[in-house]
Amino acid sequence: MSFLSRAPAPAWPLAAPADDGPGNPWFSWRYVHDNAGEILSALQFHAGLTARAVIIALVVAVPLAVVAYWWRPLTGPILALSGVLYTIPSLALLALVAPAVGTTSDTSVLIALVLYALLVLVRNALAGLTQVPSEVRDAAAGMGYGRLGRLLRIELPLALPGILTGLRLATVSTVALVTVGSLIGKGGLGEMILGGFRNNFYKAEIMTGTILCVGLALVLDLVLAGLGRLVTPWARERRS
Amino acid sequence: MNYFREGFVWLNDPLNWTNPGGLLDRLGEHLLISLWAVLLGCAIGWPLGIWLGHRGRGGGAIVTIANLTLAIPTLALLTILPLTPLGFGKPPVVVALAVFAVPPLLANAYTGLRQIDPETRDAAKGMGLSGGQLLRQVELPLSVPYLAAGLRTAAVQVVATAALAAFVNGGGLGEIISAGFGVGMSNGGGGQIVAGGIVVALLALLVEALLAAVQRLVTPPALRGARRRPTTAAAPAG
Repeated sequence: MSFLSRAPAPAWPLAAPADDGPGNPWFSWRYVHDNAGEILSALQFHAGLTARAVIIALVVAVPLAVVAYWWRPLTGPILALSGVLYTIPSLALLALVAPAVGTTSDTSVLIALVLYALLVLVRNALAGLTQVPSEVRDAAAGMGYGRLGRLLRIELPLALPGILTGLRLATVSTVALVTVGSLIGKGGLGEMILGGFRNNFYKAEIMTGTILCVGLALVLDLVLAGLGRLVTPWARERRS
Repeated sequence: MNYFREGFVWLNDPLNWTNPGGLLDRLGEHLLISLWAVLLGCAIGWPLGIWLGHRGRGGGAIVTIANLTLAIPTLALLTILPLTPLGFGKPPVVVALAVFAVPPLLANAYTGLRQIDPETRDAAKGMGLSGGQLLRQVELPLSVPYLAAGLRTAAVQVVATAALAAFVNGGGLGEIISAGFGVGMSNGGGGQIVAGGIVVALLALLVEALLAAVQRLVTPPALRGARRRPTTAAAPAG
Protein backbone atom coordinates (compact mmCIF):
# COMPACT_ATOMS: atom_id res chain seq x y z
CA MET A 1 0.00 0.00 0.00
CA SER A 2 3.01 2.23 -0.15
CA PHE A 3 1.90 3.77 -3.41
CA LEU A 4 -1.03 5.28 -1.62
CA SER A 5 1.01 7.05 0.98
CA ARG A 6 3.44 8.34 -1.60
CA ALA A 7 1.83 11.34 -3.22
CA PRO A 8 1.47 10.67 -6.94
CA ALA A 9 3.74 13.03 -8.81
CA PRO A 10 2.16 15.18 -11.51
CA ALA A 11 4.03 13.09 -14.05
CA TRP A 12 2.28 9.92 -12.83
CA PRO A 13 1.41 8.13 -16.03
CA LEU A 14 -2.16 7.35 -15.03
CA ALA A 15 -2.85 10.61 -13.26
CA ALA A 16 -5.85 12.55 -14.44
CA PRO A 17 -5.48 16.24 -15.17
CA ALA A 18 -5.34 18.31 -12.03
CA ASP A 19 -9.11 18.74 -12.03
CA ASP A 20 -10.30 15.29 -13.08
CA GLY A 21 -11.98 16.77 -16.11
CA PRO A 22 -15.70 17.39 -16.24
CA GLY A 23 -18.39 15.23 -14.71
CA ASN A 24 -18.16 12.45 -12.20
CA PRO A 25 -15.41 10.02 -13.21
CA TRP A 26 -15.42 6.41 -12.02
CA PHE A 27 -11.90 6.74 -10.79
CA SER A 28 -9.72 9.66 -9.83
CA TRP A 29 -6.13 9.64 -8.65
CA ARG A 30 -6.74 13.09 -7.35
CA TYR A 31 -9.39 11.78 -4.97
CA VAL A 32 -7.05 9.00 -3.85
CA HIS A 33 -4.24 11.50 -3.34
CA ASP A 34 -6.29 14.06 -1.45
CA ASN A 35 -7.89 11.48 0.82
CA ALA A 36 -5.00 9.05 1.25
CA GLY A 37 -5.17 9.33 5.03
CA GLU A 38 -8.84 8.47 5.32
CA ILE A 39 -8.59 5.70 2.73
CA LEU A 40 -5.66 4.14 4.56
CA SER A 41 -7.38 4.25 7.92
CA ALA A 42 -10.54 2.70 6.43
CA LEU A 43 -8.40 -0.04 4.87
CA GLN A 44 -6.59 -0.58 8.13
CA PHE A 45 -9.84 -0.81 10.08
CA HIS A 46 -11.27 -3.20 7.51
CA ALA A 47 -8.24 -5.48 7.55
CA GLY A 48 -8.02 -5.34 11.34
CA LEU A 49 -11.66 -6.25 11.85
CA THR A 50 -11.36 -9.10 9.32
CA ALA A 51 -8.25 -10.44 11.03
CA ARG A 52 -9.81 -10.30 14.49
CA ALA A 53 -13.02 -11.96 13.32
CA VAL A 54 -11.27 -14.76 11.44
CA ILE A 55 -8.78 -15.46 14.22
CA ILE A 56 -11.48 -15.59 16.91
CA ALA A 57 -13.63 -17.80 14.66
CA LEU A 58 -10.68 -20.11 14.05
CA VAL A 59 -9.90 -20.37 17.76
CA VAL A 60 -13.53 -21.32 18.44
CA ALA A 61 -14.09 -23.47 15.35
CA VAL A 62 -11.19 -25.91 15.61
CA PRO A 63 -12.05 -27.10 19.16
CA LEU A 64 -15.71 -27.32 18.11
CA ALA A 65 -14.78 -29.47 15.14
CA VAL A 66 -12.61 -31.67 17.38
CA VAL A 67 -15.49 -32.07 19.83
CA ALA A 68 -17.81 -33.01 16.97
CA TYR A 69 -15.17 -35.41 15.67
CA TRP A 70 -14.61 -37.14 19.01
CA TRP A 71 -18.27 -37.40 19.97
CA ARG A 72 -20.08 -38.16 16.72
CA PRO A 73 -23.59 -37.66 18.18
CA LEU A 74 -22.69 -33.99 18.62
CA THR A 75 -21.84 -33.54 14.93
CA GLY A 76 -25.46 -33.11 13.86
CA PRO A 77 -26.43 -30.50 16.47
CA ILE A 78 -23.22 -28.48 16.03
CA LEU A 79 -23.58 -28.34 12.26
CA ALA A 80 -27.31 -27.66 12.46
CA LEU A 81 -26.86 -24.80 14.91
CA SER A 82 -24.15 -23.13 12.88
CA GLY A 83 -26.28 -23.73 9.78
CA VAL A 84 -29.20 -21.86 11.31
CA LEU A 85 -26.87 -19.00 12.32
CA TYR A 86 -25.55 -18.95 8.77
CA THR A 87 -29.03 -18.66 7.29
CA ILE A 88 -29.86 -15.59 9.37
CA PRO A 89 -29.13 -12.55 7.21
CA SER A 90 -26.13 -10.49 8.24
CA LEU A 91 -28.19 -7.33 8.51
CA ALA A 92 -30.72 -9.06 10.78
CA LEU A 93 -27.98 -10.50 12.95
CA LEU A 94 -26.38 -7.09 13.24
CA ALA A 95 -29.77 -5.56 14.06
CA LEU A 96 -30.26 -8.13 16.83
CA VAL A 97 -26.75 -7.81 18.25
CA ALA A 98 -26.18 -4.08 17.93
CA PRO A 99 -28.87 -2.73 20.31
CA ALA A 100 -27.68 -5.09 23.04
CA VAL A 101 -23.92 -4.65 22.59
CA GLY A 102 -23.85 -1.05 21.54
CA THR A 103 -24.85 0.66 18.33
CA THR A 104 -21.55 2.48 17.98
CA SER A 105 -19.15 -0.25 18.96
CA ASP A 106 -17.32 -2.41 16.46
CA THR A 107 -17.78 -5.34 18.84
CA SER A 108 -21.29 -5.73 17.40
CA VAL A 109 -19.90 -6.15 13.91
CA LEU A 110 -17.19 -8.44 15.23
CA ILE A 111 -19.72 -10.76 16.87
CA ALA A 112 -21.77 -11.02 13.67
CA LEU A 113 -18.65 -11.68 11.59
CA VAL A 114 -17.39 -14.39 13.95
CA LEU A 115 -20.74 -16.18 13.89
CA TYR A 116 -20.68 -16.25 10.09
CA ALA A 117 -17.09 -17.38 9.73
CA LEU A 118 -17.77 -20.11 12.29
CA LEU A 119 -19.90 -22.35 10.07
CA VAL A 120 -17.48 -22.36 7.15
CA LEU A 121 -14.56 -23.11 9.45
CA VAL A 122 -16.28 -25.80 11.50
CA ARG A 123 -17.63 -27.57 8.44
CA ASN A 124 -14.29 -27.58 6.64
CA ALA A 125 -12.27 -28.55 9.73
CA LEU A 126 -14.68 -31.40 10.42
CA ALA A 127 -14.51 -32.54 6.80
CA GLY A 128 -10.71 -32.42 7.03
CA LEU A 129 -10.69 -34.48 10.22
CA THR A 130 -13.15 -37.11 9.02
CA GLN A 131 -11.24 -37.75 5.82
CA VAL A 132 -8.15 -38.90 7.72
CA PRO A 133 -7.85 -42.54 6.55
CA SER A 134 -8.76 -45.05 9.21
CA GLU A 135 -5.56 -47.04 8.49
CA VAL A 136 -3.56 -43.96 9.44
CA ARG A 137 -5.53 -43.67 12.69
CA ASP A 138 -5.03 -47.36 13.40
CA ALA A 139 -1.33 -47.13 12.68
CA ALA A 140 -1.01 -44.14 15.01
CA ALA A 141 -2.90 -46.01 17.74
CA GLY A 142 -0.62 -49.00 17.15
CA MET A 143 2.42 -46.79 17.61
CA GLY A 144 1.12 -45.93 21.06
CA TYR A 145 -0.38 -42.50 20.48
CA GLY A 146 -3.14 -41.54 22.89
CA ARG A 147 -6.21 -39.69 21.75
CA LEU A 148 -4.72 -36.24 22.33
CA GLY A 149 -1.31 -37.11 20.92
CA ARG A 150 -2.88 -38.63 17.85
CA LEU A 151 -5.00 -35.53 17.36
CA LEU A 152 -2.10 -33.11 17.67
CA ARG A 153 0.57 -35.09 15.82
CA ILE A 154 -1.44 -36.99 13.19
CA GLU A 155 -5.02 -35.93 12.65
CA LEU A 156 -4.79 -32.13 12.81
CA PRO A 157 -1.79 -31.95 10.47
CA LEU A 158 -3.61 -34.21 8.01
CA ALA A 159 -6.73 -32.06 8.32
CA LEU A 160 -4.74 -28.90 7.60
CA PRO A 161 -5.69 -28.68 3.90
CA GLY A 162 -9.37 -28.77 4.84
CA ILE A 163 -8.92 -26.22 7.59
CA LEU A 164 -6.98 -23.94 5.22
CA THR A 165 -9.68 -24.16 2.56
CA GLY A 166 -12.20 -23.12 5.18
CA LEU A 167 -9.92 -20.35 6.36
CA ARG A 168 -9.62 -18.94 2.84
CA LEU A 169 -13.37 -19.07 2.22
CA ALA A 170 -14.07 -17.52 5.60
CA THR A 171 -11.51 -14.75 5.10
CA VAL A 172 -12.75 -13.78 1.64
CA SER A 173 -16.39 -13.70 2.68
CA THR A 174 -15.58 -11.86 5.91
CA VAL A 175 -13.83 -9.09 3.97
CA ALA A 176 -17.00 -8.63 1.92
CA LEU A 177 -19.23 -8.88 4.99
CA VAL A 178 -17.45 -6.16 6.96
CA THR A 179 -19.11 -3.63 4.63
CA VAL A 180 -22.49 -4.49 6.18
CA GLY A 181 -21.14 -2.90 9.35
CA SER A 182 -21.88 0.43 7.65
CA LEU A 183 -25.31 0.02 9.23
CA ILE A 184 -23.79 1.22 12.49
CA GLY A 185 -20.97 3.25 10.95
CA LYS A 186 -18.34 0.56 11.42
CA GLY A 187 -18.04 -0.71 7.88
CA GLY A 188 -14.40 0.11 7.09
CA LEU A 189 -14.25 0.38 3.32
CA GLY A 190 -18.03 -0.04 3.26
CA GLU A 191 -18.16 3.41 4.81
CA MET A 192 -16.44 4.75 1.70
CA ILE A 193 -18.79 2.88 -0.65
CA LEU A 194 -21.89 4.08 1.17
CA GLY A 195 -20.37 7.51 1.81
CA GLY A 196 -19.78 8.02 -1.90
CA PHE A 197 -23.35 7.01 -2.62
CA ARG A 198 -24.70 9.45 -0.08
CA ASN A 199 -22.25 12.18 -1.08
CA ASN A 200 -24.14 13.00 -4.25
CA PHE A 201 -23.19 9.69 -5.88
CA TYR A 202 -19.48 10.41 -5.94
CA LYS A 203 -18.36 7.54 -8.17
CA ALA A 204 -14.62 7.85 -7.45
CA GLU A 205 -15.16 7.24 -3.74
CA ILE A 206 -17.47 4.27 -4.34
CA MET A 207 -15.07 2.72 -6.83
CA THR A 208 -11.98 3.22 -4.67
CA GLY A 209 -13.72 1.53 -1.76
CA THR A 210 -14.90 -1.35 -3.93
CA ILE A 211 -11.54 -1.92 -5.59
CA LEU A 212 -9.71 -1.89 -2.26
CA CYS A 213 -12.28 -4.25 -0.76
CA VAL A 214 -12.05 -6.80 -3.56
CA GLY A 215 -8.29 -6.32 -3.70
CA LEU A 216 -7.93 -6.92 0.04
CA ALA A 217 -9.94 -10.15 -0.29
CA LEU A 218 -7.82 -11.39 -3.19
CA VAL A 219 -4.53 -10.46 -1.51
CA LEU A 220 -5.50 -12.19 1.74
CA ASP A 221 -6.66 -15.23 -0.25
CA LEU A 222 -3.34 -15.42 -2.09
CA VAL A 223 -1.37 -14.98 1.15
CA LEU A 224 -3.33 -17.78 2.81
CA ALA A 225 -2.94 -19.99 -0.25
CA GLY A 226 0.82 -19.41 -0.18
CA LEU A 227 0.88 -20.10 3.54
CA GLY A 228 -1.05 -23.29 2.93
CA ARG A 229 1.49 -24.47 0.37
CA LEU A 230 4.28 -23.76 2.83
CA VAL A 231 2.80 -25.70 5.74
CA THR A 232 1.47 -28.65 3.71
CA PRO A 233 4.34 -29.56 1.38
CA TRP A 234 2.95 -33.09 0.98
CA ALA A 235 -0.33 -31.89 -0.54
CA ARG A 236 1.51 -30.29 -3.43
CA GLU A 237 2.73 -33.59 -4.85
CA ARG A 238 -0.61 -35.29 -4.40
CA ARG A 239 -2.43 -32.67 -6.40
CA SER A 240 -0.16 -32.85 -9.45
CA MET B 1 -33.12 -9.11 26.64
CA ASN B 2 -34.74 -5.74 27.24
CA TYR B 3 -34.51 -4.87 23.56
CA PHE B 4 -36.12 -8.15 22.59
CA ARG B 5 -39.14 -7.29 24.69
CA GLU B 6 -39.31 -3.87 23.02
CA GLY B 7 -39.02 -5.63 19.66
CA PHE B 8 -41.99 -7.85 20.43
CA VAL B 9 -43.96 -4.88 21.68
CA TRP B 10 -43.28 -3.16 18.36
CA LEU B 11 -44.33 -6.26 16.45
CA ASN B 12 -47.51 -6.43 18.52
CA ASP B 13 -48.74 -3.06 17.30
CA PRO B 14 -51.05 -3.72 14.33
CA LEU B 15 -50.38 -0.22 12.98
CA ASN B 16 -46.74 -1.10 12.50
CA TRP B 17 -47.92 -3.80 10.12
CA THR B 18 -50.58 -1.96 8.16
CA ASN B 19 -49.10 1.56 7.97
CA PRO B 20 -47.91 2.77 4.59
CA GLY B 21 -44.29 1.63 4.60
CA GLY B 22 -45.16 -0.76 7.40
CA LEU B 23 -44.21 -4.40 7.69
CA LEU B 24 -46.73 -5.72 5.15
CA ASP B 25 -45.71 -3.19 2.50
CA ARG B 26 -42.05 -3.94 3.05
CA LEU B 27 -42.63 -7.67 3.08
CA GLY B 28 -44.37 -7.42 -0.29
CA GLU B 29 -41.49 -5.38 -1.73
CA HIS B 30 -38.98 -7.78 -0.26
CA LEU B 31 -40.63 -10.84 -1.77
CA LEU B 32 -41.15 -9.16 -5.14
CA ILE B 33 -37.51 -8.07 -5.42
CA SER B 34 -36.34 -11.52 -4.32
CA LEU B 35 -38.64 -13.29 -6.77
CA TRP B 36 -37.39 -11.29 -9.74
CA ALA B 37 -33.78 -11.69 -8.67
CA VAL B 38 -34.12 -15.47 -8.34
CA LEU B 39 -35.94 -15.70 -11.69
CA LEU B 40 -33.22 -13.64 -13.37
CA GLY B 41 -30.55 -15.77 -11.71
CA CYS B 42 -32.26 -18.96 -12.88
CA ALA B 43 -32.61 -17.61 -16.41
CA ILE B 44 -28.85 -17.08 -16.54
CA GLY B 45 -27.43 -19.75 -14.23
CA TRP B 46 -29.40 -22.81 -15.24
CA PRO B 47 -29.06 -22.79 -19.05
CA LEU B 48 -25.37 -21.97 -18.74
CA GLY B 49 -24.71 -24.59 -16.08
CA ILE B 50 -26.73 -27.25 -17.91
CA TRP B 51 -24.99 -26.51 -21.19
CA LEU B 52 -21.53 -26.58 -19.60
CA GLY B 53 -22.41 -29.75 -17.70
CA HIS B 54 -23.74 -31.38 -20.85
CA ARG B 55 -20.57 -30.53 -22.71
CA GLY B 56 -18.48 -31.47 -19.69
CA ARG B 57 -16.24 -28.47 -19.68
CA GLY B 58 -15.84 -25.18 -17.89
CA GLY B 59 -15.78 -26.64 -14.38
CA GLY B 60 -12.68 -24.66 -13.43
CA ALA B 61 -14.19 -21.43 -14.71
CA ILE B 62 -17.34 -21.99 -12.64
CA VAL B 63 -15.31 -22.46 -9.46
CA THR B 64 -13.35 -19.30 -10.25
CA ILE B 65 -16.53 -17.29 -10.85
CA ALA B 66 -18.08 -18.59 -7.64
CA ASN B 67 -15.00 -17.68 -5.63
CA LEU B 68 -14.71 -14.26 -7.26
CA THR B 69 -18.29 -13.27 -6.46
CA LEU B 70 -17.56 -14.23 -2.86
CA ALA B 71 -15.10 -11.34 -2.72
CA ILE B 72 -17.50 -8.70 -4.09
CA PRO B 73 -19.39 -6.89 -1.35
CA THR B 74 -23.12 -6.76 -2.04
CA LEU B 75 -23.06 -3.18 -0.88
CA ALA B 76 -20.67 -2.28 -3.70
CA LEU B 77 -22.96 -3.66 -6.41
CA LEU B 78 -25.99 -2.07 -4.78
CA THR B 79 -24.35 1.35 -4.91
CA ILE B 80 -22.62 1.03 -8.28
CA LEU B 81 -25.47 -0.37 -10.39
CA PRO B 82 -27.87 2.57 -9.86
CA LEU B 83 -25.19 4.85 -11.35
CA THR B 84 -25.06 2.80 -14.54
CA PRO B 85 -27.68 3.09 -17.31
CA LEU B 86 -29.89 0.74 -15.27
CA GLY B 87 -31.04 3.78 -13.36
CA PHE B 88 -32.42 4.03 -9.85
CA GLY B 89 -35.24 2.06 -8.33
CA LYS B 90 -35.87 -1.68 -8.31
CA PRO B 91 -33.99 -2.87 -11.45
CA PRO B 92 -30.45 -2.28 -10.12
CA VAL B 93 -31.35 -4.00 -6.84
CA VAL B 94 -32.74 -7.01 -8.70
CA VAL B 95 -29.66 -7.24 -10.89
CA ALA B 96 -27.31 -6.89 -7.93
CA LEU B 97 -29.06 -9.70 -6.07
CA ALA B 98 -29.20 -11.87 -9.20
CA VAL B 99 -25.42 -11.60 -9.53
CA PHE B 100 -25.11 -13.40 -6.20
CA ALA B 101 -27.82 -15.93 -7.06
CA VAL B 102 -26.08 -17.10 -10.24
CA PRO B 103 -23.02 -18.91 -8.76
CA PRO B 104 -24.94 -21.45 -6.64
CA LEU B 105 -27.43 -22.08 -9.46
CA LEU B 106 -24.66 -22.42 -12.02
CA ALA B 107 -22.42 -24.61 -9.88
CA ASN B 108 -25.23 -26.94 -8.81
CA ALA B 109 -26.58 -27.32 -12.34
CA TYR B 110 -23.09 -28.17 -13.54
CA THR B 111 -22.47 -30.63 -10.68
CA GLY B 112 -25.91 -32.13 -11.23
CA LEU B 113 -25.10 -33.03 -14.81
CA ARG B 114 -21.53 -34.08 -14.12
CA GLN B 115 -22.40 -36.43 -11.25
CA ILE B 116 -24.45 -38.65 -13.56
CA ASP B 117 -22.85 -42.06 -13.93
CA PRO B 118 -20.95 -42.06 -17.25
CA GLU B 119 -22.29 -45.55 -17.86
CA THR B 120 -25.85 -44.22 -17.81
CA ARG B 121 -24.87 -41.71 -20.43
CA ASP B 122 -23.14 -44.37 -22.51
CA ALA B 123 -26.18 -46.64 -22.29
CA ALA B 124 -28.45 -43.82 -23.46
CA LYS B 125 -26.12 -43.08 -26.35
CA GLY B 126 -26.01 -46.78 -27.18
CA MET B 127 -29.80 -46.79 -27.37
CA GLY B 128 -29.51 -44.20 -30.10
CA LEU B 129 -30.46 -41.03 -28.20
CA SER B 130 -29.27 -37.82 -29.77
CA GLY B 131 -27.55 -35.13 -27.74
CA GLY B 132 -30.79 -33.22 -27.20
CA GLN B 133 -32.74 -36.35 -26.28
CA LEU B 134 -30.00 -37.42 -23.89
CA LEU B 135 -30.20 -34.03 -22.19
CA ARG B 136 -34.00 -33.95 -21.94
CA GLN B 137 -34.78 -37.57 -21.15
CA VAL B 138 -31.78 -38.68 -19.11
CA GLU B 139 -29.57 -35.91 -17.83
CA LEU B 140 -32.14 -33.32 -16.75
CA PRO B 141 -34.38 -35.74 -14.78
CA LEU B 142 -31.34 -37.16 -13.01
CA SER B 143 -30.04 -33.74 -12.04
CA VAL B 144 -33.33 -32.36 -10.65
CA PRO B 145 -32.23 -32.83 -7.00
CA TYR B 146 -29.14 -30.75 -7.68
CA LEU B 147 -31.09 -28.06 -9.49
CA ALA B 148 -33.43 -27.91 -6.49
CA ALA B 149 -30.51 -27.68 -4.08
CA GLY B 150 -29.07 -24.80 -6.09
CA LEU B 151 -32.43 -23.04 -6.14
CA ARG B 152 -32.70 -23.40 -2.38
CA THR B 153 -29.23 -22.00 -1.72
CA ALA B 154 -29.72 -19.14 -4.16
CA ALA B 155 -33.20 -18.22 -2.97
CA VAL B 156 -32.24 -18.17 0.71
CA GLN B 157 -29.25 -16.05 -0.12
CA VAL B 158 -31.28 -13.60 -2.18
CA VAL B 159 -33.98 -13.25 0.48
CA ALA B 160 -31.27 -12.65 3.07
CA THR B 161 -29.31 -10.20 0.94
CA ALA B 162 -32.39 -8.28 -0.18
CA ALA B 163 -32.41 -6.75 3.31
CA LEU B 164 -29.29 -4.82 2.32
CA ALA B 165 -31.22 -2.96 -0.37
CA ALA B 166 -32.30 -0.59 2.38
CA PHE B 167 -28.80 0.93 2.32
CA VAL B 168 -29.63 2.48 -1.04
CA ASN B 169 -33.34 3.02 -0.35
CA GLY B 170 -34.22 0.03 -2.48
CA GLY B 171 -37.13 -1.02 -0.31
CA GLY B 172 -37.62 -4.35 1.38
CA LEU B 173 -37.62 -5.34 5.02
CA GLY B 174 -34.21 -3.80 5.63
CA GLU B 175 -36.01 -0.44 5.55
CA ILE B 176 -37.63 -1.34 8.88
CA ILE B 177 -34.19 -1.73 10.44
CA SER B 178 -32.72 1.40 8.93
CA ALA B 179 -35.84 3.37 9.86
CA GLY B 180 -35.29 2.12 13.41
CA PHE B 181 -31.80 3.56 13.35
CA GLY B 182 -33.33 6.76 11.98
CA VAL B 183 -35.64 6.97 14.98
CA GLY B 184 -32.60 6.60 17.21
CA MET B 185 -31.85 4.37 20.15
CA SER B 186 -32.83 6.97 22.71
CA ASN B 187 -36.28 7.42 21.16
CA GLY B 188 -37.25 3.77 21.26
CA GLY B 189 -35.79 2.87 17.88
CA GLY B 190 -34.07 -0.12 19.45
CA GLY B 191 -37.35 -2.03 19.54
CA GLN B 192 -37.95 -1.41 15.85
CA ILE B 193 -34.38 -2.42 14.95
CA VAL B 194 -34.74 -5.68 16.83
CA ALA B 195 -38.22 -6.25 15.36
CA GLY B 196 -36.85 -5.76 11.84
CA GLY B 197 -34.02 -8.15 12.60
CA ILE B 198 -36.43 -10.78 13.91
CA VAL B 199 -38.70 -10.52 10.85
CA VAL B 200 -35.83 -10.68 8.35
CA ALA B 201 -34.27 -13.64 10.16
CA LEU B 202 -37.59 -15.50 10.38
CA LEU B 203 -38.29 -14.89 6.69
CA ALA B 204 -34.91 -16.35 5.72
CA LEU B 205 -35.41 -19.39 7.95
CA LEU B 206 -38.94 -19.86 6.59
CA VAL B 207 -37.79 -19.76 2.97
CA GLU B 208 -35.00 -22.18 3.83
CA ALA B 209 -37.44 -24.63 5.46
CA LEU B 210 -39.96 -24.29 2.64
CA LEU B 211 -37.43 -24.90 -0.10
CA ALA B 212 -35.84 -27.75 1.84
CA ALA B 213 -39.26 -29.39 1.76
CA VAL B 214 -39.57 -28.70 -1.97
CA GLN B 215 -36.11 -30.12 -2.55
CA ARG B 216 -37.10 -33.27 -0.68
CA LEU B 217 -40.31 -33.52 -2.65
CA VAL B 218 -38.65 -33.41 -6.06
CA THR B 219 -35.87 -35.81 -5.08
CA PRO B 220 -36.82 -39.36 -6.06
CA PRO B 221 -37.24 -41.49 -2.89
CA ALA B 222 -34.39 -43.77 -3.92
CA LEU B 223 -31.94 -40.88 -3.88
CA ARG B 224 -33.06 -39.37 -0.57
CA GLY B 225 -30.48 -39.50 2.15
CA ALA B 226 -28.17 -41.48 -0.08
CA ARG B 227 -25.74 -38.61 -0.22
CA ARG B 228 -25.15 -35.35 1.47
CA ARG B 229 -26.54 -32.18 0.10
CA PRO B 230 -24.07 -30.96 -2.50
CA THR B 231 -21.94 -28.23 -1.06
CA THR B 232 -21.66 -25.01 -2.96
CA ALA B 233 -19.56 -21.97 -2.49
CA ALA B 234 -22.48 -20.15 -0.98
CA ALA B 235 -21.50 -16.81 0.44
CA PRO B 236 -22.95 -15.69 3.70
CA ALA B 237 -25.68 -13.26 3.01
CA GLY B 238 -23.60 -10.15 2.77
